[in-house]
Amino acid sequence: MKQTLITLVEDKPGVLNRIASLFRRRNYNIDSLVVGKSETPGVSRMTIMTNEEDQRKRGNIYFNLLNLVNVIAVKDVSNLECVTREFILIKIQSGPDQLNEVKAVVNNHGARIVDLGKETVIIEATEREKEIDALVKALTPFNITEIMRTGKIAMRRGKTHKISSDKINAPAGEINWQPEQIHTYHN
Amino acid sequence: MSKRNLTGAEIIWECIAKEGIDVVFGYPGGTILPAYDALDKYRDKIHHVLVRHEQGATHMADGYARASGKVGVAIATSGPGATNMITGMGTAMMDSVPIVCITGQVSSAVIGSDAFQEIDITGAAIPVTKHNYLVLDIKDLAETIKEAFHVARSGRPGPVLVDIPKDIQNQSLDFIYPEREITLPGLVKPQGADELQVKRFIDLIGAAERPIILAGHGIILSGATQAVLDLANLAHIPIGTTLLGIGGVPASHPLVLGMMGMHGETWVNQAIQESDLLIACGMRFDDRVTGKLQTYSPNSKKIHIEIDPSEINKNIHVDLPIHGDLKTVLNQILPLVSKKGNKSWLSKIETWRKDSHEKDIINQETDMLMGAHVVRKIWEGTDGNALVVTDVGQHQMLEAQYYEHEEPRTLLTSGGLGTMGFSLPAGIGASFHEKDREIWVIVGDGSFQMTMTELGTAVQENRNINIAIINNGYLGMVRQWQEMFYEARYVETPILSPDYVKLAAAYGIEAFRVESLGEVIPTMRKAQQQSGPSLIEFVVEQHDMVYPMVPAGADLHEMIERPPNKINDTVDMLNKESNK
Repeated sequence: MKQTLITLVEDKPGVLNRIASLFRRRNYNIDSLVVGKSETPGVSRMTIMTNEEDQRKRGNIYFNLLNLVNVIAVKDVSNLECVTREFILIKIQSGPDQLNEVKAVVNNHGARIVDLGKETVIIEATEREKEIDALVKALTPFNITEIMRTGKIAMRRGKTHKISSDKINAPAGEINWQPEQIHTYHN
Repeated sequence: MSKRNLTGAEIIWECIAKEGIDVVFGYPGGTILPAYDALDKYRDKIHHVLVRHEQGATHMADGYARASGKVGVAIATSGPGATNMITGMGTAMMDSVPIVCITGQVSSAVIGSDAFQEIDITGAAIPVTKHNYLVLDIKDLAETIKEAFHVARSGRPGPVLVDIPKDIQNQSLDFIYPEREITLPGLVKPQGADELQVKRFIDLIGAAERPIILAGHGIILSGATQAVLDLANLAHIPIGTTLLGIGGVPASHPLVLGMMGMHGETWVNQAIQESDLLIACGMRFDDRVTGKLQTYSPNSKKIHIEIDPSEINKNIHVDLPIHGDLKTVLNQILPLVSKKGNKSWLSKIETWRKDSHEKDIINQETDMLMGAHVVRKIWEGTDGNALVVTDVGQHQMLEAQYYEHEEPRTLLTSGGLGTMGFSLPAGIGASFHEKDREIWVIVGDGSFQMTMTELGTAVQENRNINIAIINNGYLGMVRQWQEMFYEARYVETPILSPDYVKLAAAYGIEAFRVESLGEVIPTMRKAQQQSGPSLIEFVVEQHDMVYPMVPAGADLHEMIERPPNKINDTVDMLNKESNK
């Protein structure tokens, strides 16, 4: 199973570079990384997924990420109940005679056609990785010319992990988001 | 406090002075000129040391920081000035030394245009700094510098860079120093040991028959000397140190065994391999310490107390990880530790130690001048009380083996990065803190030639340092590897030296050359009487090697020891060479 890290970072120039640089220099393998604005101004929320299976190495990744000064908090949700989603745009170039067949595949997979051109169709879908893969597979016979996938975003079910803007500069203890314990990564 | 209208340049010095820093090391240039112009108004608070190369400035700040425990400050211009600092920042990063580097940057309007002397130093410095900043608004300047000092010294210390464009230095505003305490949620807070961890710690000590404490740089950084000694004394646990842990515990203490690792003492490595409990204190299981990971201390339980959680379980998998400040954690544990003997374990180690002592070159008679003997004589001639700064290579390992340090912060050496050229500038930097203790820079001929340009700085600042060049005419440690692992093909390791006595004379430095053992102490006495810098060149046996040695990647106990009668072999070899 993949390691999923929900990360709050300061919304400052160069932060993404620092995180990418960490993964590069430590030779950690990023499966996907998505970043966007969070519920709090000045704070971005990231979902980072890694291919690391070893618990102790997962701990190394976790704590190296946490060590970055621009990283406010990290929650390792790998073993927690989460909603994970990926977004995809697919462009297909096919004749009008195939359109009905394409429509059928799209409907079967809960996707939508968002652009219908003379020769091209753009399809969008928001699903788990598995379903997205299945959609791509089903559309492969119809001459796919472009694919754009976003990578995965995750949110833990139930418990909220947020940081209010007045706490961005608060002492670490006052933030209701305690770091993982070192022995969490101890098998 | 009332508002004053200050320029960005003035704010830089205001903030440095506010940190209690009275000396900085730097080199002026185009984009840092406004700051240098403003320096004149702060002469009464801050002494600026003009270096000869910006790498020197970073090592001086580093040496000052290691000697004092305070933050060292280095200043340079943009472009080449900034890139010359990379090595020094990397050195400080690997060895957890708090320094703040301030660089000028091209004006913010032209950033990104490849302007003259523009370099993306905040980008380039990411892997060699703990954190870095580019200041794009004068309103952020004071807060940023204050934050930089805070980040440098908090938790596991490290280098921080602040890049300040020229226009920001020239702008001005109504200034009030930000007095509020810096609180950064991004800084990781040490967790300390919980009840369960404390209990396991005590149980492991209680059950252990062959325990050993591995003492690293963290002892010195945390000020945990007494706590570690208390633990050792209570439960009779012997202590091995890493290179950077030297001085953290007094070498003369009966439970202090000496250095571990590649050129560590045989009995220390043997003890680690046969131990059933390692208590790793503020160290990071570097490959020079462990040898082959798979066979490292195979039968021991391992406790790791470390302030940087990313170091735990990185190289060695441990049984009891504790993320915390060493002194705090040990003081949690100590009241619960019961007295214990460990007698047979200690006497076993003592047997190994005795056996090795007999083979030690220091205990063998020789007419030749060997590096080991020089270091030992320097130890004698300084009553073991000097602050020694070493460079990197054979002389560094000999210093670690033969100079016995009693106090923290009396050995400054580049461990993690192994930066040749470190010693002279670091020694100059240390001298601005250490006013009472004599300072000895012990350096090889190769290392010295990397940064000997800083002799100029030593003279200009009239630093009271003694430079001991151990000259064997080779890049000795590389030559040693060539001899052992590359069938003695000495490719590009013989190195020419200038006449160091004449070189020193050109700078007005009193200098001496020593070629025999008997001259060492008398010449030291002459050097010690100089009020400014002095230099002694020790012309030592060229083909000597550092023993014992664990070859890279070998098991820690597979140590190569000095072959018997090796000294005579070397003489034979030299005779053969000269007869050719």
